[in-house]
Amino acid sequence: MADKTQKSAVDALAGRLFDGMTIMAGGFGLCGIPENLIAAIRESGTKGLTVVSNNCGVDGFGLGVLLESGQIKKMISSYVGENKLFEKLYLSGELELEFNPQGTLAERIRAGGAGIPAFFTKTGVGTLVAEGKEVREFDGEMYVMERGLVADLAIVKAWKGDAEGNLVYRKTARNFNPMMATAGKTTVVEVEQLVPVGRLDKDNIHTPGIYVDAIVAGAKYEKRIERVTTRPREEKASA
Amino acid sequence: MAWTREQMAARAALELRDGFYVNLGIGIPTLVANYIPDGMSVTLQSENGMLGMGPFPYEGEEDADLINAGKQTITELDSSSYFSSADSFAMIRGGHIALSILGGMQVSGKGDLANWMVPGKVVKGMGGAMDLVAGVKRVVVVMDHVEKSGAPKLLTACTLPLTGARVVDLLITDLGVFDINRGKSPLTLTALADGVTLDEIAAKTEARFEVAL
Repeated sequence: MADKTQKSAVDALAGRLFDGMTIMAGGFGLCGIPENLIAAIRESGTKGLTVVSNNCGVDGFGLGVLLESGQIKKMISSYVGENKLFEKLYLSGELELEFNPQGTLAERIRAGGAGIPAFFTKTGVGTLVAEGKEVREFDGEMYVMERGLVADLAIVKAWKGDAEGNLVYRKTARNFNPMMATAGKTTVVEVEQLVPVGRLDKDNIHTPGIYVDAIVAGAKYEKRIERVTTRPREEKASA
Repeated sequence: MAWTREQMAARAALELRDGFYVNLGIGIPTLVANYIPDGMSVTLQSENGMLGMGPFPYEGEEDADLINAGKQTITELDSSSYFSSADSFAMIRGGHIALSILGGMQVSGKGDLANWMVPGKVVKGMGGAMDLVAGVKRVVVVMDHVEKSGAPKLLTACTLPLTGARVVDLLITDLGVFDINRGKSPLTLTALADGVTLDEIAAKTEARFEVAL
């Protein structure tokens, strides 16, 4: 068994960053994002990045910090609605943006990691998304061809992991992380809890260690919540 | 009187059936969850990767790892399950979700939907909307009948970039309900909001429609 643990996020990324590279970053909104690895990329100053991520964080947090530092050249995302700087940089032409439907993005990454160069989907047929792409009829319905997606580096956030790189995600923080772990030429993972090998339930490992090149216990987690929504305690009826 | 947001959500809830797996979009569609009839079993899917969405948490019990597709904190039920976004959209694309209720910017009489961007002005992105309209068995759109400017939103052809072509089954606005049937039959007005006249709705609708009240 390989020991893939690194002491810090900076150590985990050492030698794996270069200008102009493509990085996949796990997370949906601010949920399940690799906070410590994003901070380390910010610190590295690596620039000209193409970042594949469902969103681009919010102003001042998550991937938003790499927008502020001007390190991102292009985003491949499905939704950027919560980030004013993103919208401004895009509309002024300073940032390239490729919109992918969320499910198409998820499947492109899954396919990329699974060695599938392309697939056909109904999603986006008859819209801007299908322009310039092959559209083919199967069983009387039209489908558009989408390409599998791989990246130079995937940065992933899991809840628990071990030195082998076996990972377990928690609740909806799983989102894009498992597919991205498979689709990076190099995959670096941060976890909230680095546990001794043998401690994870082998029948319930979400990402097997084969996909992971380096793993680090995150130094600190802010785990900011984008929209706190609650119900009053008096009200027992379902909201 | 036009319908309120709550009344539109209540009307949309009439589309629910026992045993349905349902995806609700952001905004008015989210309110539909408040109108699930007692005794009806409806399972809500959140496309980021969850089946069986529970209500909002009590204050102090929010969990940063547990959010819906609108990034709101939610809770789980005993029957809930979590999965990746790839699995989630396999469910959607594979036709396993019975009903999708989502918002709209424009709808055409042929069932086209536009709800993800206004070129040069509003850049939000489609999120999961394109996948939902392409893959879910029945698609219901809930939106205001006209723009704030008064311009119609139910058009002969959408002027905004499409989310999907010929994908809308039913449209609920604050003025009435239209059967669209993905353009396979003529656009048909089937209900009017209380106090709304045929003349009013005709004046505020660009698309040609039939009436079967």
